[in-house]
Amino acid sequence: MSEKRTGAQVMCEALIRNGVEVMFGIPGGAIMPFYHAMWEYRDKLRHVLCRHEQGAGHAAEGYARATGRLGVCIGTSGPGATNLVTPIADAMMDSVPLLAITGQVASHVLGKDAFQETDITGITMPITKHNYLVKRAEDLPYVFEEAIYIATTGRPGPVLIDVTKDAQQATIVPDWNIKLDLPGYKPNYRPNLKQVREAIKLILSAKKPLIIAGHGIIMSGAVEELRAFAERTRIPVITTLHGIGAFPEDHPLSIGMPGMHGWVHVNRAIQECDVLFNIGGRFDDRVTGKASTFAPNAKVIHVDIDPSEIGKNVKVTVPIVADARLALQAFLNEFPPDNEAFAELHGHASDWMEHIREMQAKHQPKQQYLNRADTENMSLPPHDVYAALTKALNSRGNYRVVTDVGQHQMWAAQLIDWYRPRTHITSGGAGTMGFAVPAALGVAIAHPNDTVWVICGDGGFQMTNQEMATIVQEGIKNIKIAVINNGYLGMVRQWQELFENKRYSGTPLSGPDFAKLAEAYYWKGITVEHTSQVEAAIEEAYATDGPVLIDFRVEREVNVFPMVPQNKSISEMILESPHRS
Amino acid sequence: MKKHTIVALVQDRPGVLSRVVGLIRRRGYNIESLAVGHSETPGVSRMTIVVEWEDVEQVVKQLYRLIEVLKVSDVTNDPIVEREMALMKLHAPPSKRPEIVALTEVFDAKIVDVGANTMVIEMTGSPAKVQNFVDVIRPYGIKEMMRTGRIAMVRGARGHNAEEYVENANGHAERVPVMN
Ligand SMILES: Cc1ncc(C[n+]2csc(CCOP(=O)(O)OP(=O)(O)O)c2C)c(N)n1
Ligand SMILES: [Mg+2]
Repeated sequence: MSEKRTGAQVMCEALIRNGVEVMFGIPGGAIMPFYHAMWEYRDKLRHVLCRHEQGAGHAAEGYARATGRLGVCIGTSGPGATNLVTPIADAMMDSVPLLAITGQVASHVLGKDAFQETDITGITMPITKHNYLVKRAEDLPYVFEEAIYIATTGRPGPVLIDVTKDAQQATIVPDWNIKLDLPGYKPNYRPNLKQVREAIKLILSAKKPLIIAGHGIIMSGAVEELRAFAERTRIPVITTLHGIGAFPEDHPLSIGMPGMHGWVHVNRAIQECDVLFNIGGRFDDRVTGKASTFAPNAKVIHVDIDPSEIGKNVKVTVPIVADARLALQAFLNEFPPDNEAFAELHGHASDWMEHIREMQAKHQPKQQYLNRADTENMSLPPHDVYAALTKALNSRGNYRVVTDVGQHQMWAAQLIDWYRPRTHITSGGAGTMGFAVPAALGVAIAHPNDTVWVICGDGGFQMTNQEMATIVQEGIKNIKIAVINNGYLGMVRQWQELFENKRYSGTPLSGPDFAKLAEAYYWKGITVEHTSQVEAAIEEAYATDGPVLIDFRVEREVNVFPMVPQNKSISEMILESPHRS
Repeated sequence: MKKHTIVALVQDRPGVLSRVVGLIRRRGYNIESLAVGHSETPGVSRMTIVVEWEDVEQVVKQLYRLIEVLKVSDVTNDPIVEREMALMKLHAPPSKRPEIVALTEVFDAKIVDVGANTMVIEMTGSPAKVQNFVDVIRPYGIKEMMRTGRIAMVRGARGHNAEEYVENANGHAERVPVMN
């Protein structure tokens, strides 16, 4: 144990000690000692060479989001580090446990505008949970231990460690006897039982209760507990964009997604409900619409591990700071043992559910939405792609879907049937176009036996598709890309159509022949222009032993509905384009 | 908007001041004054921040998200002792000196330097008293002034001793495994 090591070797050993198995990155001058050392550890520590540091960051995020484990990305100083900024910000918004390791110029030239020097700790201060500049090799064991602990505990998030080149090169005898000194960091996992009992009282007296299940359910692994809670109380369950998979959509208590592109019956139910139990969601403005008009009749119970989320956007009657799983366990323990106590609630909940289902039948439920009359004359309405893909996913199982940002993302959330946690992976809080292709690389490495479907737009695809080369170099075969190619930055075009008099400023978009591009990357490329070709293309993608891209050239000007205009009440939903019937 | 006085205990680590300031800057608030220095406990610094805030509770919660922050409280409505110090270099030709000396005596200020045509005065007191003194002395001609910004302490037994936070810090906090 007391052998001499270089700082770079210490970094590798610290990662291995903390269970890291794979890292995504690109080398360069200031991080070369670390690359030199990781060669010795390559049996335990796999390095995936990406084509852009942004890709490395999203790949690490994909790995983390698909597993709940730490994702690790690496860049050199200067531009290598700044290229990591977007995925770091993305991980911050979505609470993803991410460790970014960057090389830094030698300590004696710090602050002197040395070649490729950038103050990356300064730059990332507001977009990391914490960050470090390490100038001495002796500090590396402690800093890595603390950084990983912070990234993966409490509300997870990105942590950056910037290591000067001389600290990587110096030889030391590492001290692995580490005692964390974090007096200011004590995540509160266990709920206050008094608050839990208070919440139970409120729930038992409710006539129109709702559950909002957020990302916290998935991050804390509370899927079973949520199901037990819902079944015990018979309260309808809403799943947010990041809550997708927290509760199976075929469950009789599942009612779907809320918010800007949520279902009408869900938003209406929120506006009518009297008790709103939000567990692990943060009342994002894409969920609440204009926050002051959100759930006007509801007493709100909010469970979140981050105290600063409580009361931030919505007034809360019963705040509970806790891990979602431990909180739900506490509820299940504290519930009255006899079913009698639930009789009244069950009666109200069943009337309430009946009312919600009636609204659902009236206002664009999934099926009606898929068969919209105005798609009849289109040769390839996007919905036909989703219908066929959903069918394939359901019949074959073992899938993960990674979506990018835009119309195609919202259609995926709306139209695919979601059942399991960590099967729907997307950039929610930051809405980072270009997320999907590199993230899928991380997901595919984490789950080599699943088929990883990327659903992306022609815009986002053109931001980061170079990682297709990484996928080939790594021998990854279980990725299939569906480009929903509408020749527009579609979501922006939709806003222009609906709110800016169709002034399509900066949104029409051309691209290369995506299938040919795929072939150039040694992928199989397929072009689909008509609904009749969709199923066969998906079959071919499955039948191909290797990565496949399908370029779905869909109808160009189709919109995502329902839609709540930005900063409007979620009562004000647009259901179709004004110029269509 | 109301002015608030916030007292924060923070671990003394590189970057901590940047983090605290960045968090306030992010919301576009202007810091009226900020004083940082050692607390009674080694390794812990104490800050007094004065700022006009709408939603102080949120900002306090946000400050708690910073890893090095041990304790934050809004002491605006608490019984507190507040002090500020100012150094002022005055235009003080010999003819004006008797008046200036008289005023410093009334305000309990100190004359710490006398030059040919200048005097440096040290004034310590409650922020209101310091302000009063500045207003009274300004007509004589202030050539330079530096105010420290206020520091605050709650009266009586209640307060912000840092030791308890540091003592509880040993070892790892609970780690709840993810089960999926
Ligand atoms: C990096 C980045 N730049 C810009 C945006 C703004 N934006 C949101 S959706 C969108 C359009 C996306 O177009 P495309 O990828 O083709 O998807 P579509 O909406 O057409 O399905 C844009 C530009 C963004 N979210 N991310
Ligand atoms: Mg598009």
